[in-house]
Parts: sequence; structure tokens; C-alpha cells
Amino acid sequence: MTFNAAALLLLIAGLALIGWLAGRARSSLLAGRAGTKLHSRPQYHGWYVALWLFAPAALFLAVWAAVSPGLITNQVLSSEAAQSLPSFGFERGAVLSDARNVALGNQDKVRMPAAAGLVKPYADASHKYAWIGIAAMLALALAGGLYAFTRIRPDFRARTRVEKIVMLLLLLASLVAILTTFGIVLSLLFESIRFFRLVSPAELLFGTNWAPTSGAPVDDTFGGIPLFWGTVLIGAIIAMIVAIPIGMMTAVYLTQYAAPRVRQWVKPILEILAGVPTVVYGYFAALTVAPALRNFAVMLGIPNASTESALAAGIVMGVMIIPFVSSMADDSINAVPQAMRDGSLALGATPNETIRQVLIPAALPGVMGGILLAVSRAIGETMIVVMAAGLSANMTANPFASVTTVTAQIVKLLTGDQEFDSAKTLAAFALGLVLFIVTLLLNIVALRIVKKYREAYE
Amino acid sequence: MNRETAPTDWKGAVMQKRIAGRYAAERRFRLIGLGAVLLSGAFLAFLLFVMVGNGARGFTYTHVAVPIDFKAMPLTIDKSRLGDADADQVIANAGLADIVAFAADEALGTGGSAMISENAWKEVRSAIKDDPELLGSKTVFELPASSEVDMAAKDGGKGALGAAVATLKADGKLSTGIHWPFFRNADATDPAVAGIWGALKGSVLTIFIAFLIAFPTGVLAALYLEEYAPKNRWTDLIEVSINNLAAVPSIIFGLLALAVFINWFGLCQASPLVGGLTLALMTMPVIVIASRNAIKSVPPSIRDAALGVGASPVQVVFHHVLPLALPGILTGTIIGMARALGETAPLLLVGMRAFIGDVPGGICSPSTVLPMQIFLWSDEVDRGFVEKTSAAIIVLLVVLLSMNAFAIYLRNKFEKRW
Repeated sequence: MTFNAAALLLLIAGLALIGWLAGRARSSLLAGRAGTKLHSRPQYHGWYVALWLFAPAALFLAVWAAVSPGLITNQVLSSEAAQSLPSFGFERGAVLSDARNVALGNQDKVRMPAAAGLVKPYADASHKYAWIGIAAMLALALAGGLYAFTRIRPDFRARTRVEKIVMLLLLLASLVAILTTFGIVLSLLFESIRFFRLVSPAELLFGTNWAPTSGAPVDDTFGGIPLFWGTVLIGAIIAMIVAIPIGMMTAVYLTQYAAPRVRQWVKPILEILAGVPTVVYGYFAALTVAPALRNFAVMLGIPNASTESALAAGIVMGVMIIPFVSSMADDSINAVPQAMRDGSLALGATPNETIRQVLIPAALPGVMGGILLAVSRAIGETMIVVMAAGLSANMTANPFASVTTVTAQIVKLLTGDQEFDSAKTLAAFALGLVLFIVTLLLNIVALRIVKKYREAYE
Repeated sequence: MNRETAPTDWKGAVMQKRIAGRYAAERRFRLIGLGAVLLSGAFLAFLLFVMVGNGARGFTYTHVAVPIDFKAMPLTIDKSRLGDADADQVIANAGLADIVAFAADEALGTGGSAMISENAWKEVRSAIKDDPELLGSKTVFELPASSEVDMAAKDGGKGALGAAVATLKADGKLSTGIHWPFFRNADATDPAVAGIWGALKGSVLTIFIAFLIAFPTGVLAALYLEEYAPKNRWTDLIEVSINNLAAVPSIIFGLLALAVFINWFGLCQASPLVGGLTLALMTMPVIVIASRNAIKSVPPSIRDAALGVGASPVQVVFHHVLPLALPGILTGTIIGMARALGETAPLLLVGMRAFIGDVPGGICSPSTVLPMQIFLWSDEVDRGFVEKTSAAIIVLLVVLLSMNAFAIYLRNKFEKRW
């Protein structure tokens, strides 16, 4: 007999269904007998009983599932067979988990002889606590259900109470977003602080040599400047040189020149470009674009040409961002009042002059906001740079050479051999913190610009 | 204002030239715009062309006809054990691999055993398990070729191998057809038997978990924010964090999942459970934003009418607003889920990049997802994996495009303009 939380959850859900039916039936019965009208419709009485039956028991189940393994281990450790265990460390844990696996039926026989004596105490303890848990859970469910059941009266305000719980549920759901934000900030901060105990923040932010090694941190190997430069080169320079002109011109053409039918067809095609998964772009960059660019560079006689060039990753990333820039520019241009455009055309300006001298200057704040958002998206992009940009931390302005980025290094540091306490893995969290702060600032500034500018025209 | 100015001479040569110049600039500008649109379209077309060109061949594979005469080379096993659970082991121990290699050498000439896949004997094994009578006769088996032979047969190879393949082709011993193991198997080191089913099932499980968590949470949060939330500092905080979460790089969610789900809670690593939780956190803000827009577009008169006939605020929302907003909510959810399905970066960090040779059994067993499979195969040295990668990309793109098309269909069919 083991403690299977999913099956028990199903069990109390079944009980809750019975409670729902019983509550509904009883309320109609009582109303019929008393000859009065119910305050709440019968199904609300049913929900009331079901909730009282389900919620406390489910809560208990969650707590018990978290607590009982510790209780079981305590009991096993106090048994006679456990006195001969190694006192601390990895081996002790391995022996215990070996015995646990056998006791729970996950494996046939013990792998370590030391665990053999512990199997029976383990089985006994888990048996005992499983029964205690199930009994307590059922008692809670029945007590809750009975309490609610006895409160049913024709004039009982079941609906008000059920609705209060629904509102609580809605509030909890919207708190998940805050919880996630706090989770991100706290987990990044927590691990980064552990990293900054080993390596000073100044070194990460201003050091120029990036060569992290496992084990104890060596001085001057966690300098982040080459990574930041690579990120800026790929995401903020090359990708934007591709995405801004093409995206802007696409938006201008689609909003000002194209016939509605053309627009109707072209926009979804651009959306496909935005919906292609990044891993596909990465593969495309690595397989097709990068070798072609390298051959081109060799032909021109450029030194250090690499098949993992910044240019390949940047161009493909730019293509990925085009739809994003174009739709932001589209929105900003559309938000410029029609009167400004009409006025300019009426003075005799050609559409081209109107666009360049009236519409774009008027739309500029919105466009700038959109570009900042695009940059924030580009520097957080991972798969394209992991697959196409390489991992060598070079400080070079040569776009045909290999550079690396913050995201590529996070992936590199966290995959492969994982020891969760080494400076190497902690460094990934510190880099993540830097990335998070930078993208957050970019987003806040961008949204502010966009919002302020929208208000100016409304 | 006494100064007399001559009226502009629009008909004069200078002005005519200037106007012509301005019109030329106008045409140029327009052409540049058209060029930008065409360039974006061309990128997409080129990308799809490369993927389809490479990938179409990944769905097919070359097989070699090898006659195996079990009368001449008997496989000494007890036929009654073929139904047992360990039949695979029994046949392997009896030396079937050697027999198949020998038969290949005999049929294809020296080096013939290198021309069939190292896993080819496993196909013979499953054929024997299906029909033990084969053991007493001579049968021609269509065995998967080795990766090099497959490439040579499709490309026309060079050197000795190319010549050998050309001879085989002329003899009619090679056949290329749709490769079903690609849809049935999990990952493997041999392109002849590597398939996407394991990754596809992992993707389905992961997305299912993500949907199960993100959809109810997202919709309920949107209902609260749009219908009930009081205007105060807390509500602002919730709004700001949702808008920011939607723009946080996906890899940050991977770091969160690694620190919280795996290192604090100790949930099963590399499993659809952890992957689904990560993607749920990532897609929830998208669902909230889409749902709020859908809820906003339900006209207030509906709420007023329901309140007017005595419905409670909760009844108004759950009986009227939510059903009317549901098509819009579902459209946003499907698009969010399609994005989650193509996501790779956060899953890299929770360990889903390991080599998984089995189809995942449940939500807690190690598994991989389709985009991750593409990433893993793109790193393989074996040339046979290039077309497998592109084939997997085609499958992924087809799934994503049909999800998006379904979302657009839903929107067009059910969306009401009030």
C-alpha cells in the first residue's frame, strides 16, 4: 500500500460529485416539503456541499504528499537496521533511495547490500503513513461534506458563498502572474548572489576575458564584456540593420500603397515568418546561410572568416524580427491622424514626400518604441545564436568572425556536466539576471514611449 | 507688401524637370517598398524551399533486397520460445546478426554487410517473430541500407561506393520508398532507424500539461482583471507583471524552472511534467492578454441586460460574457500553444536535450520534444541526419501551420462583430 496522490485526488473528486448530487437533491426536497422558495437554485447547494467535501481534503492531500516522505524517512532512520548506515553524505542518501525504490516496487532487488536490511522498515513505514494519510483525508472529506449538508435550508444563501469562493479562485489565478515574476526575480537574485560571493560583480560586468572553467573560480575568467559585445553586435546591430529598413518599408508599402487585396494576402504571409520556430531559423542559418557567407568572405579575402559567423546569425535573426518591426510600424503609422496626411497631399506633396516628411516624423516615437521592443526580443533570442553563432568569446567588429552571446553562454554553462554549486552554473544565473534587467528596462522604456505618444494624438 | 513676385512658371523647363524628378523619386520609393515586401516573401520562400528540398527525401529510405537462406544457415533456437517476453534476447543470442551479415556479403559481394544498416537484422528478427515458418525456408528480405548507401542511392555517389550502388541499382536490388520507422520510432544513433514518434509524443504530453495549467489560469485571471478587479495598486502590479512576462526572453523561464521546479521541488528532470510547467508559465501571459481583448469586445449592453433581470455578477460573467468571448479566447490560446510547441530554449535548461532512445511512457519519464529533436539531429555528424532534420522540421511546420490555420478558421467562423 503506497500513497498515490493522483488516485486519491480522483477518489475525492468522485466523492465531491456524490456530494453535489446529494446537496442538490436535498435542497429541492426541503423546499418542496416546506412549500417555500429556495434562496439559491439547487445546484448552488450542490456546489456548496461539493466544495466543502473537496477543498479541505485536497488541501490536506497536498500537505501530506509533501510531508509524509520526511516522516517515513525519520521512522526508518530510528529503526535498528539504520544504525549501521554511513553517517552523512552522498552514500547515505544513495542507500536510502535504493531501499525506497525496492520498497515502493520501482525496482526488483537492492543494488547495494547495505540497503537490504532497510527495505522492510521502509515498506512498513510507508504502509503506516499511507493509511494514516488516507484515513485522515477521508475523515476530513466526510466531515466537511456532512457539515455543509446539514447547513442546507431553503433560505440558506448557498449562492453567495459559492460565488465568494469563485471570486477567490479568480483572484488566485491572477496572482500567478505576480508569483511568476517574483519567482524569476528571486531565483535569479538568489543564485546570482551566490555567484557574486565567488566572483565580484565588477569582474562580470567589466572584465574582458571570458574563459570559465569548472571547479574553483580562477581570477579574470568571468569577464562578461565579450559576451555583451557579441550580443549587441548580433542582436542590436546586424539584426536591426536587416530588420529596420525592410520592416519599415514593408509597413509603409502595405499601409500607403498596396491595394486592400494585396494587403489581405501579404500580411498572413508575414505572420508565417513570425510563426516559424526559432530552432528552424537556427538550422537554416547554420546549414545554408553560414557556409554561403563564409565562402563569400573567403572570396573577398577577409581574415578569420568562420562558418559560425556573427553575420549569419544576425541576418537570420533580422529576418525573424521583420514581421515584428513591420507590425509595430504599421500600428504607429495608422495612428497618425488622417488630417495630417490629407493636409500634406493637398499642399501638393507627392505620397513619397508625405510619408518621409510628415507620416514618419509623426510616427517616430511609436516606431522607436517598436524598435526597442525588437532589440529586446533579439538579444533574448537563444536558438539561432546557439546553433549559428558559435561559442568562442571574441571581441571583434569583424562580422564574419565568430562571436558568442549571453544566451548562448547560458545554454553552454548549464548543459553538459551539471554540478549545481560550481561557479560555472551559478554564472549562468548571473548572466540571466543581467539579461532580465536589460530586457526589462528596454520594455519599460519602449512601452512608455509608445503610450505617451498615443496619448498625444487622442 | 508691395514687392512684386513673378508667378512660378510651372511650364518652364526648370520646373518641369523638378516635377519629373519628384515623380521619379516617388516611383523609386514605391519600388523600394515593393522590393522590401518581395524580399520578406523571398526569405520565407527560400527557407521553405530549402527545408522541403532537403526534407522530402528524409521521409524515404533505400532498402536492399537480401535473400537469406535459413536452410543453409540454420538459426538454432527453440521455436516455442518465440512467443516469450525475452524472445528478442533469445534470437540475438543465437547469432542472427552474423547470419544476416553473412547473407549480405554473399548477395552483394565483398563488403556487402557494410552496405546494410547495422540494425537491419532487427527487422529480420521481428519478421521471424511474426512468422516462425521463415526459419525453414529461403526468403528475400528488404533490409534498410546503411546511411552511406542511402545517400549514394539518392545523390549518385562517387568512388567505389558510388559504383557499387550504381551496379545494385541496375540489378534492381535497391528500392526507395516511404520510411515508416521514421514515424514509428524514437531517436537512435543510426539514421536508418531513427524516428520522430518519441519526440512527437513528448511534445503532445508537454503541450497537454502546459494547456491544462495555462488555459484555466489564464482565462480566470483575465476574467478577474477585466470584470472584477478594483482599480488599485495591486491590480496595477498584476497588470504590469503580466505585460512584462509576455516580453521576458524565453530562456529566463528555463532558468526559473531549473532553479525552482528541479532544484527546489525536485520534480522529475527532463520530463514532460517539468517542460509543460515551464511552457505554461511562458504562455499564460499570452493567454491572459488575448482573453482580455476577447472579453473587452463583448458589449456592455449584454452585461447590463443580464444584471437587469437579476443575475449576480458571477452569473453574468460565467453565463454570458465567457461563452461570448470563448471563440476569441480559444484563438489566442491556440496561437499561444503553437508558439509553445515550437519553443526550445527553456527546455534545453531543464534537461530535455538528453538522448532518449525510448518513446516516453508517462508525464514523469524522460522525454524530448520535436523542436529539441531537430536541434539534437542538427548536431549529428552522420550525413544521413541532415535530411532527417529537415524532414522533422517539415513535420513541425505542418503541425504549427495547421494549428494557426485552425485558429484563424475559428476566428472567422465564430467571431461576432457587435
